[in-house]
Amino acid sequence: MSLDKATVAKVANLARIRVEEKDLDSLANELNAILGWVEQLGEVDTENVAPMTSVADMQHRWRADEITDGGYQQDVIANAPSDEEGFFAVPKVIE
Amino acid sequence: MGMIIQGATGDWEVVIGLEVHAQVSSNAKLFSGSATEYGAEQNTQVSFVDAAMPGMLPVINRAAVEQAVKTGLGLKAKINNFSVFDRKNYFYADLPQGYQISQFLQPIVGEGILTIDLKDGVTREIGITRLHLEQDAGKSIHDQHPSMTLVDLNRSGVALMEIVSEPDMRSPEEAAAYVKKLRSILRYLGTCDGNMDEGSMRADVNVSVRRPGDELGTRCEMKNINSVRFIQAAIVYEANRQVDILEEGGTIAQETRLYDSVKGETRSMRSKEEAHDYRYFPDPDLLPLEFDDAFVNAIKADLPELPDAKKDRFISEMGISPYDAGVLVAEKEVADFFELVAKGRDAKLSANWVTGEFFGNLKRTGNTLATSPISADALGEVVDLVKDGTISNRIAKEVFEEMFDTGKSASAIVDEKGLKQVSDTGAIEVAIDEVIAANPEKLAEYRGGKDKLLGFFMGQVMKNTGGKANPGIVNKLLKPKLDG
Repeated sequence: MSLDKATVAKVANLARIRVEEKDLDSLANELNAILGWVEQLGEVDTENVAPMTSVADMQHRWRADEITDGGYQQDVIANAPSDEEGFFAVPKVIE
Repeated sequence: MGMIIQGATGDWEVVIGLEVHAQVSSNAKLFSGSATEYGAEQNTQVSFVDAAMPGMLPVINRAAVEQAVKTGLGLKAKINNFSVFDRKNYFYADLPQGYQISQFLQPIVGEGILTIDLKDGVTREIGITRLHLEQDAGKSIHDQHPSMTLVDLNRSGVALMEIVSEPDMRSPEEAAAYVKKLRSILRYLGTCDGNMDEGSMRADVNVSVRRPGDELGTRCEMKNINSVRFIQAAIVYEANRQVDILEEGGTIAQETRLYDSVKGETRSMRSKEEAHDYRYFPDPDLLPLEFDDAFVNAIKADLPELPDAKKDRFISEMGISPYDAGVLVAEKEVADFFELVAKGRDAKLSANWVTGEFFGNLKRTGNTLATSPISADALGEVVDLVKDGTISNRIAKEVFEEMFDTGKSASAIVDEKGLKQVSDTGAIEVAIDEVIAANPEKLAEYRGGKDKLLGFFMGQVMKNTGGKANPGIVNKLLKPKLDG
């Protein structure tokens, strides 16, 4: 697998990362090196090995269905660049 | 009975699949301890987890898992004891994390079946592909400020079940029946309140058309439709749009379309296309979701009787018609009310009264079952009075209307107005004699061969007794007297 400049530009756009045209080539090279390494990992036979989901043998933790949080509107919006009447206010997004 | 669109070049069959988003009934959110209740002040039911503050970690709510498993069991589906949460990445102002925690490759529930009820007691099985748990997003409000969009995160992180059907439906009616049946089952289970007005249930509708028997055509998806009527209207519009394109030699582009309920049309949401590349990957903040068979079995042991089983029981054990049984079980509250009325009484007569006069009077007085002035016991008393012949069915209807309007009991109204049915043959004979004596010409005509006049005499006797005479007895006594 190999990424071209256009694909790198698309991925950057999807991730909302601004990348200058002049940087696309070097980024493509870096990403291709990473992909190459991952492909190399694919050479290992993992036919009967379950995916490792944690370094420690742990079980998923569960919480009880109880209301234990919330109720601090002002704290939630405290760092918002803009707010109105307890709402976050963002530039108009409309279809 | 699929929907066929007759085009200039031949017939087209409509193929429909639905993705229903059902809000899980729970006190707290899927991965945080903040409340889920509808209608709270903006951003007061938001924890730092829901607002995606740096360093906050999700911990799963046990109740959401139980509700998903319960729903899966209700859909006769395969329960996966091992499932995985993934991140579905996209940017939107009401999605603070920049991704939705969802389940992609390994959902908690696999294939199941939903039986839909169509006209005339016909049923059809629709395949369920999967059910998975995911987070809801926040809410964007576009019309409260001239230049800004306001965002409320109260809904952010609320647990949703996405229930995906196979493309098994062939008409708007089947899609409507599917949504109604699914909502009924969810309400019976208590896993979602099914309230489409408040957005606790909404559907993405996939529509394609094809020549009957051909391979599936290219589909278009209409997002977030929140009423059964709009779902049907959107399908009709979209299917016809696709047929028009194909008949003119065009091709359908797979895309997301918006259904505009005001204009009654669908239109392209091109901006969503690029974002469709969700770049799913397993959420590193969450371990796989695992539970044992005992967990599932405990939920299974606690399942309520579901509408299909209840309907079968009403038909086979209580002798109710399939149509009436279908009407009675659609909503659990109605089924419960009916069972109270029918307890120890004639089930068929009780069913007639619940689906007929009771529903009719609720409608007439602008009530619902929840606000009904008539209790199941009060209706039961009417059924008793009809059954034992104290009042005729016709009088009973009048009594029942008065009960609705005054709140009095049936026996009180019957006593007050002297409405008891007259079954005393002596009194009825007197009434018959009087009618015959008062109408000598009609009697002569009857005896001269105008049999139809029997109805006239019958009517007169009932009228003279104020409708209280037992019609069966009048019928029996009248004819011999007329015949002389």
